[in-house]
Amino acid sequence: MLKINNLHVVIGDEEILKGLDLEIGPGELHAIMGPNGSGKSTLGYALAGRDGYEVTDGSMEFEGEDLAEMEPEERAAAGLFLAFQYPVEIPGVNNAYFLRSALNAQRKARGEEEVDSMNFLKTVRASLKSLKMDEALLKRAVNEGFSGGEKKRNEIVQMAVLQPKLAVLDETDSGLDIDALKLVAEGINAQRDGKRSFLVITHYQRLLDYLTPDRVHVLSDGRIVESGGEELAERLEAEGYAFLEETSEA
Amino acid sequence: MNQTAQQVEKVIQQRYKAGFYTDIESDRMRAGLDEEVIAMISAKKDEPEWLLEWRLKAFHHWQTMVGPNWAHLNLPPIDFQKIHYYSAPKQKDRPKSLDEVDPKLLETFDKLGVPLHERARLAGVAVDAVFDSVSVGTTFQKELKEAGVIFCSFSEAVQDHPDLVREYLGSVVPYTDNYFAALNSAVFSDGSFVYIPRDTRCPMELSTYFRINARDTGQFERTLIVAEPGSHVSYLEGCTAPMRDENQLHAAVVELVALKKAQIKYSTVQNWYPGDENGKGGIYNFVTKRGDCREDDSRISWTQVETGSAITWKYPSCVLRGDRSAGEFYSVALTHNHQQADTGTKMIHLGKNTTSKVISKGISAGKSNNSYRGLVRMARRADNARNYTQCDSLLIGKTCGAHTFPYIESSNASAKIEHEATTSRIGEDQLFYCRARGLDEEDAVAMIVDGFCKEVFKELPMEFAVEAKALLEISLEGAVG
Ligand SMILES: Nc1ncnc2c1ncn2[C@@H]1O[C@H](COP(=O)(O)OP(=O)(O)O)[C@@H](O)[C@H]1O
Ligand SMILES: [Mg+2]
Repeated sequence: MLKINNLHVVIGDEEILKGLDLEIGPGELHAIMGPNGSGKSTLGYALAGRDGYEVTDGSMEFEGEDLAEMEPEERAAAGLFLAFQYPVEIPGVNNAYFLRSALNAQRKARGEEEVDSMNFLKTVRASLKSLKMDEALLKRAVNEGFSGGEKKRNEIVQMAVLQPKLAVLDETDSGLDIDALKLVAEGINAQRDGKRSFLVITHYQRLLDYLTPDRVHVLSDGRIVESGGEELAERLEAEGYAFLEETSEA
Repeated sequence: MNQTAQQVEKVIQQRYKAGFYTDIESDRMRAGLDEEVIAMISAKKDEPEWLLEWRLKAFHHWQTMVGPNWAHLNLPPIDFQKIHYYSAPKQKDRPKSLDEVDPKLLETFDKLGVPLHERARLAGVAVDAVFDSVSVGTTFQKELKEAGVIFCSFSEAVQDHPDLVREYLGSVVPYTDNYFAALNSAVFSDGSFVYIPRDTRCPMELSTYFRINARDTGQFERTLIVAEPGSHVSYLEGCTAPMRDENQLHAAVVELVALKKAQIKYSTVQNWYPGDENGKGGIYNFVTKRGDCREDDSRISWTQVETGSAITWKYPSCVLRGDRSAGEFYSVALTHNHQQADTGTKMIHLGKNTTSKVISKGISAGKSNNSYRGLVRMARRADNARNYTQCDSLLIGKTCGAHTFPYIESSNASAKIEHEATTSRIGEDQLFYCRARGLDEEDAVAMIVDGFCKEVFKELPMEFAVEAKALLEISLEGAVG
């Protein structure tokens, strides 16, 4: 599904990712943990194709395609989704309209028919309900005046509707109370069908308890410094990132 | 990158779909402006003596005036002797019905999406179609007549309802008002006239479509709307012109009169040719629009979506004379390439408890300049008058400008004036968010801009809100990247 090889990403003059390797197979859920400023969001943005995130070396392959060659919207249409750490407000643009336009743009790019409004509304309503979100949010402007938690859950609603092949979730659990966290985890699990893959960026083992990741990676200073199973998350939770120093020196 | 930018620019230039020219034989008066030309225009229209006198007075006054130089515009001098003040498609007699109108003209309006003939015309919208200096026809005449509504070309009104015209012409915008109003009063050739009788709700939307076609010709039309006590009307105007390298002048006057409890809603979708990407050609749009809430509890609302013209200079205004009368101004002005717009409103509060609301959305892209200029005046006897102004500017790219010039004059301590202004740039984060969801850059910009304009679009009649939105999208193509 995703193959990242020796990825170097520069923002301005500063190298943020310094030779990152990561491979995620179909149906797998990987978690990335790591201290603040280690480059987790940078990885998400580089995958999604944000301007100013320059790939200077290495490669990112998504289903055999070179991501660096694709525009952000092409990556989205190919099935890559990024749940933003800080979802963006778009004043005056109706949330449901935004989502439907996005879905149709993706479908059009893939040569598929536009979705019919009834079916679309049904899907959105169902996922709002499962995330315990007020339907009124559909009529509001995209993320405008949403609480922090509503913004995060709205990203999961978008994911549920867009049905990506690979979803990168950037700290979607931060700022959620335990009930909301469970709902988000359920939202993610509901999407797991053995084919779709996930890259979950998080600080907390809490979320991973509900998700049972296939692999857990630790990102530090622009590189994956440690990979392991679920037990790695537990160790991080217990010991913090302090042991990283030892491992990276060793 | 540069090459794609160029390609995109090329596409935009092709996007001005109204840029075609209709090859039709026309009856054009010689260029130049003098008493003889004015007398010739008046004679063509078989006008009564008083109207010719009024035109000449306006002309003499105009000769004493100098053009405005205070707007935030870079206005090249206009040679008024080089302009033709009258050009009309040749026809033997005035057509008595739309069936007799030259098929070429009908075809032109068809192409512009304003079909006039019975089979295809827009449902629920009566259209007066003005081609260069004359009206070529008005739809739904019969239906309107049954409701007692008069909707016809200005020339017909002068013939058929001279008393009404004489009573109200110049009563809102006197010919002394300003340079372009004086010019218009001297040479106006046609336009629309609307009269809504007492306690009548006009049964359909009324609309005038202005088309400039002939070369080196100015269009000088006048619109006069009179709403008797207790009446309601919603009126819309649209405008286009062929793509040409030289500039053309459009100087219109619109007068609205709302009597007791009457309501007039006036919407404009202005799409005059804006010139090319280097700023060559385009319409100079100098328009005086004013509504007079002459009696108590009347209401006038202006909504405008301005995407066209090389230079726009217009301030649809409300004179709130009657007590508790209300004025509204909702505006979206978009400038791209080298376009310049200086637009806004004047809310003149004279009566007690009068209210006004101004929502202005300026969008600038390319190398354009977009200014909001608004005056709120509270007269001494305007007790408890209220104004709310919100003025937002959106910048696309780094080479455009947005300016806000609010003027506030209050002579009544009980009056309340609120003014809010914001300027923002389309955020890279917003664009990226949209693109990461699958929207391409142009759709993303269109969506963000549409959201920005929402408060204004919702004021437009349904059919036109869709058109306005589409127009904005077309006008913005290639604005980013
Ligand atoms: N736009 C930017 N310009 C310059 N530096 C940036 C920018 N965005 C992030 N950085 C830097 O990149 C590093 C990694 O940031 P980020 O990927 O957001 O970390 P994380 O998500 O792991 O907390 C930080 O040192 C941050 O200051
Ligand atoms: Mg981050």
